[in-house]
Amino acid sequence: MDNIAIIGLAQTRYERRKKDKIFLDLVYETTTAALDDAGLTIDDIDNVVTVSNDFFDGRTISGMAVGDAAGAYDKNISTVEGDGAFGAMYGAMRVLGGAGTTLVVAHCKGSEGDTATITNGMFDPIYQRHLGINAVTSSAIQANAYLHRYGITEQDIAMVSVKNHGNAKNNPFAQLPMDICVDDVMTSKKIADPLKLLDCSPVSDGAAAIIIADEKTAGRAAKPPVWIKGMAHCADEYFLGDRDLTNPRSLRQAAQKAYAMAGITDPFKEIHVAEIYEAFTYMEPLWLEGLGFCEPGQGPSLLKDGVTTMDGRLPVNPSGGVLSAHAVLVAGLARIIEIAEQLRDTAGARQVTGAGMGLAHGINGPCGQSHCVWILSKEK
Amino acid sequence: MAHEYENHAPMTMRMETPMPYEWSIGKYGSRFFQEIREKNQFIGIRCPGCGKVYIPPRRVCGPCFKELDELVELPNQGAITAFSIVNYPFIDPNTGIQRPIPYTYGYIRIDGADNIFSHIIDETDENKIKVGMRVRAVFKEKDAMQGHINDIKHFEIVD
Ligand SMILES: [Zn+2]
Repeated sequence: MDNIAIIGLAQTRYERRKKDKIFLDLVYETTTAALDDAGLTIDDIDNVVTVSNDFFDGRTISGMAVGDAAGAYDKNISTVEGDGAFGAMYGAMRVLGGAGTTLVVAHCKGSEGDTATITNGMFDPIYQRHLGINAVTSSAIQANAYLHRYGITEQDIAMVSVKNHGNAKNNPFAQLPMDICVDDVMTSKKIADPLKLLDCSPVSDGAAAIIIADEKTAGRAAKPPVWIKGMAHCADEYFLGDRDLTNPRSLRQAAQKAYAMAGITDPFKEIHVAEIYEAFTYMEPLWLEGLGFCEPGQGPSLLKDGVTTMDGRLPVNPSGGVLSAHAVLVAGLARIIEIAEQLRDTAGARQVTGAGMGLAHGINGPCGQSHCVWILSKEK
Repeated sequence: MAHEYENHAPMTMRMETPMPYEWSIGKYGSRFFQEIREKNQFIGIRCPGCGKVYIPPRRVCGPCFKELDELVELPNQGAITAFSIVNYPFIDPNTGIQRPIPYTYGYIRIDGADNIFSHIIDETDENKIKVGMRVRAVFKEKDAMQGHINDIKHFEIVD
């Protein structure tokens, strides 16, 4: 793969309800901030990739409505309807395809629609929707299957909430920085057994943008480029009943492809920091298993042994993760941005010392049907 | 046995539940509706790059990619630039009820604006409406206004 890099980035602070902002405000603010960060103007951008979802926006072909705000007038613009990590991968492909410098901007206002209804709409309208399934209930099923299979306790996964909300205290963009203990998670409101309120990510409003460029353009960026060394995505079957929910095989494949592309043979040794898409607590250990950082069923041990805490060998979700801010679609791009900040040494109080290689991860579809894995590096 | 069902027609499933939204209107959009409510007038915004005046006011000029902040008071009158007398049924997204047909959808250049504003024109006789005719907005009573595009009842021809 040719050398390409992330040369500009920006995100909003994530909040429960940005009542004073419309989509255009969020997209314009992050687009201009990402351009400033890169030291570029809109004239330097050749393509625009927007990331949005029509059900969340309540608008048909929602990507077209934010084109002006993304500086897409008279430019090549296309939209990815899915998580921002996938949108960013499409953006990277535009650069690799020779189409020039690409802006990727994602927005979502979870506050404006009804999240339960919208995520219910992910499922089959004939056989499943009427039964009361949505993002929360499907994830509760996955959590139950995962805990049952490996004898993992609810306290084990509650620890993820404690760690990530604690990490969020060092992230000025996070929505839910919190000082909590396992008991707080265990006694929080039951949502869908085994998930309690503090096992679940919040509803959020926010936006994020990155600029991806070839090596030549990266040379004139204002800040050190963050090099894209590997990226891959892979999908599992649509119907939950057709999958083994405790075995994220599509993640395993995506990770293996991304590692191979980046020349990584021992991810646990070579990767210094990871940002992964844990919309619910149990997802963090399960996805860590899929990423090959441990054996199946051993995910919770990584946290219990202190490996994934800020002072551990592999800090996971120093930003506070998706549990601390979950603007849907934006969240995968926010993972990439956090890793880029870490590799730039600009992550402030949450900086992982000596981070040279990082992993960012996004998901699409219920219970992680599809996974996207990014390997980013400080070194070319 | 499959053959026992051969005479059965293919089935379908209907869903008629509305999906609720609460969209933010934004700083300038809110100002637009306030101006209608307080003065029965319009407000537009001028681009510092190209000088274009947009109605309703917006934050960004697409071609210039510049931020706009100079609000411009505009009258409640303009001229028809295009229209269509519509006979195709339209379900009002607010009420779920079909609007009476025919109705006239109009493209109106408000005096002093450079882009086109759209609203209903209360003339459905094709012999009585033409491009270029002058029109004026007719507003709801102030107490009935809700910060909604239907706070303007329609435009009427004043020629
Ligand atoms: Zn302009």
